[in-house]
Amino acid sequence: MTGLSAELRLSMPVAAGPGFALDVALTVPDRGITAVFGESGSGKTTLLRCLAGLERAAEGRIALGETLWQGEGVFVPTHRRRVGYVFQESSLLPHLSVQANLRFGERRIREARESEFARIVDLLGIGELLQSFPQQLSGGERQRVAIARSLLQQPRLLLMDEPLAALDLARKQEILPYLEALPQQFDLPIVYVTHSLDEVTRLADYLLVLKAGRLIASGEPESVLSDLALPQRLQLGDEAGTVLTARVLERDRDWHLLRLEFPGGELWVRDSGHEPSQTIRLRILARDVSLALSSHQDSSIVNRLPATVVDMGEDGDPAMQLVKLALGESHLVARISRRSAHQLALESGKSVWAQIKSVAILH
Amino acid sequence: MGLSEADLTAIFLTLRLASVVTILLLLLGTPLAWWLARTRSLLKGPIGALVALPLVLPPTVLGFYLLVAMGPNGPLGQFSSAVGLGTLAFSFWGLVVGSVFYSMPFVVQPLQNAFEAVGSRPLEVAATLGAGPLDRFFTVALPLARPGFVTATVLGFAHTVGEFGVVLMIGGNIPGQTRVVSVQIYDHVEALAYDQAHGLAALLLGFSFLVLMLVYGSRRRAGTGMGW
Repeated sequence: MTGLSAELRLSMPVAAGPGFALDVALTVPDRGITAVFGESGSGKTTLLRCLAGLERAAEGRIALGETLWQGEGVFVPTHRRRVGYVFQESSLLPHLSVQANLRFGERRIREARESEFARIVDLLGIGELLQSFPQQLSGGERQRVAIARSLLQQPRLLLMDEPLAALDLARKQEILPYLEALPQQFDLPIVYVTHSLDEVTRLADYLLVLKAGRLIASGEPESVLSDLALPQRLQLGDEAGTVLTARVLERDRDWHLLRLEFPGGELWVRDSGHEPSQTIRLRILARDVSLALSSHQDSSIVNRLPATVVDMGEDGDPAMQLVKLALGESHLVARISRRSAHQLALESGKSVWAQIKSVAILH
Repeated sequence: MGLSEADLTAIFLTLRLASVVTILLLLLGTPLAWWLARTRSLLKGPIGALVALPLVLPPTVLGFYLLVAMGPNGPLGQFSSAVGLGTLAFSFWGLVVGSVFYSMPFVVQPLQNAFEAVGSRPLEVAATLGAGPLDRFFTVALPLARPGFVTATVLGFAHTVGEFGVVLMIGGNIPGQTRVVSVQIYDHVEALAYDQAHGLAALLLGFSFLVLMLVYGSRRRAGTGMGW
């Protein structure tokens, strides 16, 4: 269904254990991955279950585009919402083969549509597994089958509840490329619950941050993550950082470096195999950004960019200080010691040099 | 140790009784067990206790109440007269009714355990894949609870075969009608016909052992093969 605009709102207290309440009003863009980020117990999974109709105790209103799912006396049961749901742990039906699992949802679509079976099986690389049973698969294979199964029912909304959380690092790396490819391949809203900032920075096109059942931030990851209030409220510590989208300008084969351009300057990064004019996503941790009042030519740090201090924020650690920088249209966050900030007499509006020690290339 | 004509009649009657009772119990017990496994109702406790009562109640107590209920003035008796079945006491169908109550926990409890073991996750998964409530029950809950059905069928059947007290109270001792194997053995012993008693008793012993071995064997296999 093209042109589907999804707007999801729910504002409700949910009784899911002692003293827990979910009270959020939110919208999700009609395509791309919307990450719901928060620590465990923040209500992420409950939110997802409400969206799927698995949590009936919730009050409020949920609508996908023009379709009302809940509210005004309506409650559309889960099996009529056509939501794809990928659970955290394996959710394959153990008495059915991979093939039968994949067909389970597809067979139950009412309107006749061309099957995408071959394409989706191919996309997730599970063609070899069709005759196997779930207990014969590895954790990573099971999640790939579960993702394929949820896509085969041609869902109007795809919900993913920490699909990587139960996997080890190698299996995570195995599945992430498939997840990254989803928004280009499927035109539907995807809500992706995670407590991993790494997954947020790699996958999210839009970001919702939950804390204790409330929405505390929402927007593009670039702006949400560079808001100084966030790291402190979520106790991110060393994980605080920002994401940037950059374009490859040139590939220096002698030094194995890439020259990148982002709205705010240029960066040199280690050669990741990308070709000129490709777009890549970067993550710069706040602890890897240091500040100087002049440009040090005699430093080993390659990336030195002129920037302006736009905000100063508290860190959870009393020795540390967060500094938000503007570089053209982009923002970076630096995590420096409070004493350094005092010695440099940093304040909003001051011009500084941002020295970036390390840049992670996400994809 | 040969089996007499009367012994064979008793054996066939017993098998017929156990088959009818098992089928009825699976039909009645499945929805009851499903309800007990999934409900949050306050009635879960009392109903569960009622189902389990025959486990601890002396068969004579159950048989006594059933006899009274099946009498011309009892509710069961009046109902069966009204629908033209006559009184149930001392008849095959009276035994069926009594055995259904008596063997109920042996069918309902394994099914309830099996449904509880399936849990709500596979059903939620099926719901997100577009399966409605009945669809989910037949395509997910029933297949996943299959080990429970094997156990319930075997135990319900075997327990009905081994029934004695309730039969004696409400069925009496009518050849071809209510004289089942356990009663036949009792008769042999009363008549000091120990040889004949031995034949039938050994048969029941072997049968019961075999049945339990099958149940425990299938449980072990189910435990290793059906990991969720």
